[in-house]
Amino acid sequence: MAEKSNKPTMRGVFVNGLLNENPTFRLVLGTCPTLAVTTSATNGIGMGLAATFVLICSNVVISLVRKLIPDKARIPSFIVIIATFVTIVQMTMQAFLPSLYESLGIFIPLIVVNCIILARAEAFASKNGPLISAVDGLGMGLGFTCAITLIGIVRELIGNGSVFGINILGAAYEPMLLFVLAPGGFITYGLLLGIINALTARRAAKKGGDQA
Amino acid sequence: MALHISTGPHLRAKADTQRLMLDVLIALCPATAASIYFYGIKAVLIILVSVAAAVLSEFVWQKLGHKTLRVNDLSAAVTGLLLALNLPANVPLWIPLIGSVFAIIVVKQLFGGIGHNFLNPALAARAVLLTSWPSHMTKAFLPMRTLLESAAEKGVDTLSSATPLLVPGMTEVKDLLLGNIPGAIGETCKIAILIGLVYLLVRKVISWEIPVIMVGTVALCSWAFGADPLKAILSGGLLFGACFMATDYVTSPMLKLGHVIYAVGCGLMVALIRQFGNYPEGVTYAILLMNIVTPLLDRALKRKVYGEVKQHG
Amino acid sequence: MRIVDFTSFLLFMVYCVFVNNFIFSRFLGCCPFLGVSSKVETATGMGLAVTFVMGLASFFTYFVNMLLMALGLEYLQTIAFILVIAALVQFVEMFMKKSMPALYSALGIYLPLITTNCAVLAVTLLNVQNNYNLFESVCNGVFGALGFMLAIVLMAGVRERLETSDIPKSFKGFPSSLVIAGLLSIAFMGFQGMVK
Repeated sequence: MAEKSNKPTMRGVFVNGLLNENPTFRLVLGTCPTLAVTTSATNGIGMGLAATFVLICSNVVISLVRKLIPDKARIPSFIVIIATFVTIVQMTMQAFLPSLYESLGIFIPLIVVNCIILARAEAFASKNGPLISAVDGLGMGLGFTCAITLIGIVRELIGNGSVFGINILGAAYEPMLLFVLAPGGFITYGLLLGIINALTARRAAKKGGDQA
Repeated sequence: MALHISTGPHLRAKADTQRLMLDVLIALCPATAASIYFYGIKAVLIILVSVAAAVLSEFVWQKLGHKTLRVNDLSAAVTGLLLALNLPANVPLWIPLIGSVFAIIVVKQLFGGIGHNFLNPALAARAVLLTSWPSHMTKAFLPMRTLLESAAEKGVDTLSSATPLLVPGMTEVKDLLLGNIPGAIGETCKIAILIGLVYLLVRKVISWEIPVIMVGTVALCSWAFGADPLKAILSGGLLFGACFMATDYVTSPMLKLGHVIYAVGCGLMVALIRQFGNYPEGVTYAILLMNIVTPLLDRALKRKVYGEVKQHG
Repeated sequence: MRIVDFTSFLLFMVYCVFVNNFIFSRFLGCCPFLGVSSKVETATGMGLAVTFVMGLASFFTYFVNMLLMALGLEYLQTIAFILVIAALVQFVEMFMKKSMPALYSALGIYLPLITTNCAVLAVTLLNVQNNYNLFESVCNGVFGALGFMLAIVLMAGVRERLETSDIPKSFKGFPSSLVIAGLLSIAFMGFQGMVK
């Protein structure tokens, strides 16, 4: 980490969003959609990609206009830019993917207030060029997508016996309904987060041991 | 040697917990015996699986986490037994297994083990099972053939109802007292539960406030809703919950006044859920809801006491 | 569900606060719920601030929506609503600072956070989706926020109690908070079906 220069590299920024600063499992941002739409893997991936699209677009635009926006009007302007892209996504989905639109419901317009997007606008896009901001948006967005798809897979598998709507565990499996209900969302996310923390800590300890 | 000195008080605390838990187990004996009498081998198997799973998950967790082994404080066994007695007789055996593992790992050990769970583990597990597999959890066999026949004569499908709350009129008070009704295996025989309660009161393990006030509130509310208060008391899991679950030290308030508020709340919630809710029986959720209010209740009451001390001092 | 008389008003309240709780059954407002729930005092402050803003937002967006409908610009709903909320929060903050300094010192620090509390935007969108009239909209906002406050205060109570507990290291913080929230939401399932 010490040799890392001030200028971020494309690859570094991408991997950072995907893993090191994964919005869902490392930063714990955007918890509402993470909990609400992950009743199935398909919903997870749909939500993730929609957010990724908005994240990339808003990052690029904000990065382009970053020098034009006065500091005081920063947050409201960011929100307007983000809301514009959310509206585009909302209308596109409604037209072409009506069933997904239906099942994600109110959480599509709520991408506007997803803290991941505003956080990246504030922390990254408003300080960096458009190309690298796009890469940052892609990394963060895919990190979010992978994470919530994982949660969706776990919940759908245990709570419904299927993954992406395909039955995996057979007819004899009696699904544990709790996992597709509200408490299951909180518990799955909490347990996965704890397990990932434990694994990361173990890896870090091993690395530290090697160096010593 | 230093190790010995430091664990000294720890061991004594453990012995106290162990004695307490032993008393609870003894108090549960009559209800356990009644469940085996009415449901035979099915009850035996449920109890064995549930207790074994609870004790084993506690042991494995403490072993893997390199923690002090405290399995012999018997608290896991109590959780397992309480869960088993709260299940209907014909559940498949993986139900008590999953329930016990959830109760011990997620509700209890994840928050630091005994004394740190904010929900009663057995009740939380029962709620999880009830939401996850409602069909298994609400199907109860009648314990006695005779009753089955009489029900068939009246054309009531009693097989699919967990508590006699749903089939009023067909149950006599005598049957309710003896446990000659469908329901969870340990909560049907009220006489056995009352014997256990007397034991707990005599041994001063619990005080009378929580069970008596909780049951009293339910009776009062049922009367207000126009139901028979006596049957309301003797139906479902109310007595079992009030005697063995609501009185759990860890999840009920610390001070006397807290006990009273907590018990009234439990009673009120039972009556409301029975009257208006989705579930046939509300005891589980009523106690869980008051469990989660308990930290705030303790906080409010304790602050009052501290405030007084400050004034005097 | 609609409000037609006093009984339905009470049922509406029970439905918003307990049965269809913003946190425990709708997953709205989870970020502040997890982030600002380590102390009962701060949780109460956050809850009150959210109640205030959600009531006002429901009130104002009702008229904004009427305006948008009249102009045929319904697709601008999301953008318009979030702007109204952001402006409202700014305004409330300035107003409070000037004329209610005591309240400001108690709630002020929570106000900027509320713009991105998704519960606020959600409630305004839900009001439109459900065709609520002005009174129903405000009730939905205020009672929904009270449900949020109930959830966050209960959560803070539990978290304060568990402060000294020996929670496994990798479960400290967010993971254990999420599991606590899950268990609280299991208890809240007891309210299911009370009001349909």
